[in-house]
Amino acid sequence: MIRVSKWKVYSILAVCLLGIMFAMPNIMSQSTSDSLPEWLPSKQISLGLDLRGGSHLLLEVKVDVVIAERLEALVDSIRTELRKEGIAYSNLGSSGHIARVTIKNPNDIEKAYSLINPIDSGFITATSDNGLVTVTMSEQALSQRRISAVEQSIEIVRRRIDETGVREPTIVRQGEERILVQLPGIDDPERVKRLLGKTAKLTFHLVAPNSSDAILSGRVPPGTRLLPSVTNVPGQQNKYLIKKRVMVSGDTLIDATPGFDSRNNEPVVNFRFDSAGAKRFGDVTVKNVGNPFAIVLDGKVISAPVIREPILGGAGQISGNFSTEEAKDLSLLLRAGALPAPLTVLEERSVGPGLGADSIASGKVASIVGLMFVIVFMALYYGRFGLMADAALIMNIILIIGALSALQATLTLPGIAGIVLTIGMAVDANVLIFERIREEIKNGRTVISAIESGYARAITTIIDANVTTLIAALLLYQFGSGPVRGFAVTLAVGIATSMFTAIWLTRLIVIAWLRRTRPQTLEI
Amino acid sequence: MPRFKLIPEKPNVNFIGRRVIFFIFSALLIASSIGMFSAKGLNYGIDFTGGIMIEIKTTEPNQISLLRERLSGLELGSIELQEFGAPDDILIRIQRQDGSEEAQQQAVTSAKEAMGNIVAEYRRTELVGPKVSDELFMNGIYAVVSAMLAILVYIWFRFEWQFGLGAVIALLHDVISTIGIFALLGLEFNLATVAAVLTIAGYSINDTVVVFDRVRENMRKYKVKPMDELLNDSANETLSRTVVTSLTTLIALLALYMLGGSVIRDFSFAMIWGVLIGTYSSVCLAVPSLMYLGVIRRSADDDNEVEQTSA
Repeated sequence: MIRVSKWKVYSILAVCLLGIMFAMPNIMSQSTSDSLPEWLPSKQISLGLDLRGGSHLLLEVKVDVVIAERLEALVDSIRTELRKEGIAYSNLGSSGHIARVTIKNPNDIEKAYSLINPIDSGFITATSDNGLVTVTMSEQALSQRRISAVEQSIEIVRRRIDETGVREPTIVRQGEERILVQLPGIDDPERVKRLLGKTAKLTFHLVAPNSSDAILSGRVPPGTRLLPSVTNVPGQQNKYLIKKRVMVSGDTLIDATPGFDSRNNEPVVNFRFDSAGAKRFGDVTVKNVGNPFAIVLDGKVISAPVIREPILGGAGQISGNFSTEEAKDLSLLLRAGALPAPLTVLEERSVGPGLGADSIASGKVASIVGLMFVIVFMALYYGRFGLMADAALIMNIILIIGALSALQATLTLPGIAGIVLTIGMAVDANVLIFERIREEIKNGRTVISAIESGYARAITTIIDANVTTLIAALLLYQFGSGPVRGFAVTLAVGIATSMFTAIWLTRLIVIAWLRRTRPQTLEI
Repeated sequence: MPRFKLIPEKPNVNFIGRRVIFFIFSALLIASSIGMFSAKGLNYGIDFTGGIMIEIKTTEPNQISLLRERLSGLELGSIELQEFGAPDDILIRIQRQDGSEEAQQQAVTSAKEAMGNIVAEYRRTELVGPKVSDELFMNGIYAVVSAMLAILVYIWFRFEWQFGLGAVIALLHDVISTIGIFALLGLEFNLATVAAVLTIAGYSINDTVVVFDRVRENMRKYKVKPMDELLNDSANETLSRTVVTSLTTLIALLALYMLGGSVIRDFSFAMIWGVLIGTYSSVCLAVPSLMYLGVIRRSADDDNEVEQTSA
């Protein structure tokens, strides 16, 4: 009689029991699984966005914008410093990661260097004999900028999405400059995309005096800038000449809420500054009563109301022909804070709840029908042994579901296809064993020795054959993305569980049957 | 218990004797696949070309012409509309827009605006920008090539190099002919298809390994049997298993093809084709190819060791 050690029997049964325990929550209602005792597993398989419905967005942080901004600030500082000291220069400007300036008088080069060098420690300043001074951003500073810009962006994206009330969003960094956002239950992410599409940099500027001349002629005096209006209403002013200097910036805001103007009932955004911001805002408004004050969002002027009286309480109101929705979105953006750099959507995949539910339903039907046919075929073809393989097959499905639940791997539509494929391929190991036993019997072995050598000889073949499929699954996981990864996971899990059930579990069943009936001949 | 046999007790199909026929057939298959691929090309999905795909449910059936009318005014380049499984279910493909990533985004927004009240439900919206599509394409190629190499190395490691070469010949045959059939039928070739191709590769190798295993075993058992006879016996001895496993896999895949929904129909088709071609190539191509690859037989000294380790 074939002997199997006790501990082996117990561990096989233990694995099966664990599989059943982990798979159980998937067929329970939520209330039943909630009422389970603490120590029992209660997690269901987590469904991919293609099955539960939702939106997958891959964003890229335009880090170059941050670097360009910093370089621009550097150029401004160089200009101020050189002017202050009366050093003559030409060709001041920047390109790529480098700022340049040519000092006209060679005697001034030393001095210019000592002025420029301390401006920003992240830059390396170099001079050459012909008066050219170059300021290059160091690799370290560059990568630090990149990292912090992406990290800050992730934080802001998270805050904005949390504000919209999406439940269980996933927001993770991917690669160097990308952010992956997954929003379960959102099938039309237009609003989210609109919210993420704005950097929401808010600044307050004084409007330059006599600006209408400059607007007409297009000649912009130094220190000012011509900005378009957010709303382009015909007949209204649609360009503003503002002073470049930021009087108060939006990062000192501590709150913003949508509301309505008490006079004309138009939608507005109410905001409040922190103490530093409130002080600065107070100072500016005290000194500029009667002048227009421009509110600038992302390089566009929302409105430029005239300061009627000093605003000392640190609270104010932005009006600008908003719709209620726009006022709500703007206050959300201001609350969440500005992005350090603009974001672009590189990839979007959204699935509506209808399609997701349809996919689950048809996936279930296909799996069950496939399973039924394979079970019937095996029973017809191998008789009693086929039924044993069928038992192993059903246990295999339970183990796959249990393993996916325990690992909290994501099940996708291709993942369901992987399970169906496994149903077809899982019996292969048993087929190999049974065919081998058939041969051994034909060769004249006794029942028990045929079974024993059938198992022993088939095992290396089974392992060889499965390792190759496992290689394919691993590479798919490595190079695939999203749903395809789900396929790789179920395929790999399916291979592992099918080897276990086909080799060990059926063996246990076969031995139990042998012990009970002690057959002298074998029909297989 | 009702029982039936698909394969006779001792099958004796002359695979090796017909090898020239198989080789010619396969050579033709590969030549026409390559021809198809270069003449017609593959119908790449947006995963690889970039672009936009929107699946909608319309409020009323048969709205394709109305939709076409509304979308064609947007100047978004080539737009394909196709009924997808039901008269009120429409799949819209919009080509990748020229210019930056923002241009793609803009196209989705304006397409959604133009369709307006015709849409009852957005079932799927997929947008792949130029950057991501280029990366996905390269990743697809890396995945297939590295899978081939890894499998070659594994077989080489487990058998001798001649077997590895034979297995990879069969594998290449399966992959190339799958690409050929996709080009011929104009089926969409996307990320899921690459997954199917890799699975086919795994499956096909699986079949090949089983037969090779038997060849190796028989080579140790019968030292003087002529090679063609030995290969033929090996293929026949494992024929029953080959057929049964292919059948159960096909049963499951057919269920998936017919009942699994439109989204994964092409994916299931690729795998069904792969199982058929993979089974054929293992028995009719990989095994006969060993005749020409100079497989070396072990000397009689290894007998004892062999008896213990053979499977």
